[in-house]
Amino acid sequence: MTSDTPQYLIRGAALLGGPVRDLLIRSGSIAAVGDTAAAEASSSAVVVDATGLILLPGLVDLHTHLREPGREDAETVETGSRAAALGGFTAVHAMANSSPVADTAGVVEQVYRLGLAAGWVEVRPVGAVTVGLGGQRLAELGAMAESPARVRVFSDDGICVHDPVLMRRALEYVKAFDGVVAQHAQEPRLTEGAQMNEGEVSAVLGLTGWPAVAEESIIARDVLLAQHVGSRLHVCHVSTAGSVEIIRWAKARGIDVTAEVTPHHLLLTDELVRSYDPVYKVNPPLRTSDDVHALREALAEGTIDVVGTDHAPHPSEHKECEWAQAAMGMTGLETALSVVQHTMVETGLLDWEGFARVTSVTPARIGRLAHQGRPLAAGEPANLVLVDPAARWTVDPGTMATKGRNTPFRGLELPGSVRATFLGGHPTVLDGVLATPRRAPVSSPDREAGSWSI
Amino acid sequence: MRHLLSTQDLSVPRALRLLDVAEEMAAVGEREIKKLPALRGRTVVNLFFEDSTRTRISFEAAAKRLSADVINFSAKGSSVSKGESLKDTAQTLEAMSADAVVIRHPSSGAPARLAASGWIDAAVVNAGDGTHEHPTQALLDAFTLRRHRARLGGEPSTGSTLAGMRILIVGDVLHSRVARSNVWLLTTLGAEVLLAGPPTLLPVGVHSWPCTVYYDLDDALARRPDAVMMLRLQAERMHAAFFPSTREYARRWGFDDARLARLDTLGLKDTVIMPPGPMNRGLEISSSAADSSRSTVLAQVRNGVSVRMAALYLLLSGDQQDDDAEDDVPAPDPRTSTPRATDLSPEGRTRDQ
Repeated sequence: MTSDTPQYLIRGAALLGGPVRDLLIRSGSIAAVGDTAAAEASSSAVVVDATGLILLPGLVDLHTHLREPGREDAETVETGSRAAALGGFTAVHAMANSSPVADTAGVVEQVYRLGLAAGWVEVRPVGAVTVGLGGQRLAELGAMAESPARVRVFSDDGICVHDPVLMRRALEYVKAFDGVVAQHAQEPRLTEGAQMNEGEVSAVLGLTGWPAVAEESIIARDVLLAQHVGSRLHVCHVSTAGSVEIIRWAKARGIDVTAEVTPHHLLLTDELVRSYDPVYKVNPPLRTSDDVHALREALAEGTIDVVGTDHAPHPSEHKECEWAQAAMGMTGLETALSVVQHTMVETGLLDWEGFARVTSVTPARIGRLAHQGRPLAAGEPANLVLVDPAARWTVDPGTMATKGRNTPFRGLELPGSVRATFLGGHPTVLDGVLATPRRAPVSSPDREAGSWSI
Repeated sequence: MRHLLSTQDLSVPRALRLLDVAEEMAAVGEREIKKLPALRGRTVVNLFFEDSTRTRISFEAAAKRLSADVINFSAKGSSVSKGESLKDTAQTLEAMSADAVVIRHPSSGAPARLAASGWIDAAVVNAGDGTHEHPTQALLDAFTLRRHRARLGGEPSTGSTLAGMRILIVGDVLHSRVARSNVWLLTTLGAEVLLAGPPTLLPVGVHSWPCTVYYDLDDALARRPDAVMMLRLQAERMHAAFFPSTREYARRWGFDDARLARLDTLGLKDTVIMPPGPMNRGLEISSSAADSSRSTVLAQVRNGVSVRMAALYLLLSGDQQDDDAEDDVPAPDPRTSTPRATDLSPEGRTRDQ
């Protein structure tokens, strides 16, 4: 970033929903906070009136499907990262289940470069744990870690690393470069042909059940493996009350485990499946209201560490069909902030500082993104989002930036809207609409992931 | 009633209306000329994504007796193997101006999807979807049970519920659309329902159903049921660890000769046996049980046409009584329009309104 980029003077924002302050963004960083901000601003500084708005660190998603390479009909890095910016994100982790799978340094570097070129959000590729997500042989984890993409999160998401030996080795191996294995916890034999949560609703609907025990048994095994080898484990999209109890138990024993919950699992239940509308088909499936409440409590108390969207766009033909034939997944980048505000902030379970913890600070720490999820203080990188907490809007899939129209929240009125997103001091969103992408230097001598840093 | 997708959402008045109209249809079936003009000019499409000759010909006979035009669309495997989606098939039928689509589909919820999608305006009749429901089968079973009791009591069955009856359903409840539709419909009509089967073939969540569950068939028989409904065991269940062997299944949950004799020992002379169709003789049911005078199998086939006539008639003729329990306006009586006279009028169905 050069110093002739515009300055932005944010006036009267409630920092983390607390004290109202001015804040000056200059050269990609927060230059000043408080009374000195206006004094230090140049006369040409762009003034952003933030009266009534809340300033937060930009959201960091540990779980996004950008579909490129391979399924550009569903999403591209460009469209997905536009959606991310509009949703208040300044970093997303792109899951490895592309085609080809992101299991080599070449593919992760490609995704990383596409993200840089798009310039709407920091795109951090997730590396596959096993070759081709096949669950047989470890992918070249070290090569991905050392590539320009500097991969730190590894996952076969969509498929569980169910072989216990392979999981053990992966957990051990990534210690060499401070990586983490993000497990999609799903015992495969217990979920053959599974269509929805197994329980009272599946019994009535005649859809093959996806039992909670298939998730919980893998989490139980994995936390014990992580303890045994002294490794760090991340559990993707926790969906059951029983999983919460196991993770709580593991944390109490000092096991280095972190866990994630999706916005949809914080709000929706399997009752919606009674419509047989595949927009509600997702993996792990929507569970019961008891599970929803356990997940909210767990996120509030810290047993679950982060919100991850599991943004999973699909072309409409994969949802306009019978339930059993439909693809699993829901979009989430443009609704995450609002759903978390609705389920966690407006219920009093989290304040805005807690919101920032679960959507930004902790995900950045898990993904080892040193310049994301930082305090709102002078000298820190300006990865920020301005939120209007009083706004109310009705979800309309047709107006979204993602290519996916498969939002389960369509027609729902939700609170909170993103007014501005700053990526490295550059506004990707202003006045609630997309502004311009941040252009990284084309021939950066900096081969490190630092192209994203300030 | 716009569609017939499930028995779970059938109210008591609506279920009774279907059964009572079926009685009227059955009376037509006993006449020399079995055809009514009620649905003349209407098109009923039998859209079968799964083989089922019995159900299809039953619907076909029902539609033809109501003078509807019938198109049989055997679409087995087409959504996958030929690459055509349910949506495209539905829109094709819509373009052909189908008034009703009778759909049999291997995926649970496919008829509900068709009805709610906006792809089609026709009335949708669920003729069996995956392991979800088979509402016309339950209606014909309820019709058969109601007639059985009326005959014993020497009273007309029209207007009566199943209150006081105890029905035992045996076997693979987990994968049975017939069991689900019957549980909802029979209990709605006031019957007590018992389920018996191996725990592996009863769904997780069954304890929220309005039934009593037995793992032991003989314990369930000791509750003196008025009817025993045997569910079919499909071949693909036989090697998936649901039970050790077909012999063990037959011993524990098959309606064998010993259990047939036990009905007599228990003094249950009026208890009927409702075999699955098609059945595996010697597995769910012994030949002598299936062929005994207690078996209702042929009555069920006959009654199937009557209830399907009732369903198509009520869906397509614009039922005056629909959703109007307190409305005492008499039902349009199909018997009032004589086939011969109406055959001469351009729009047969106007005679019924």
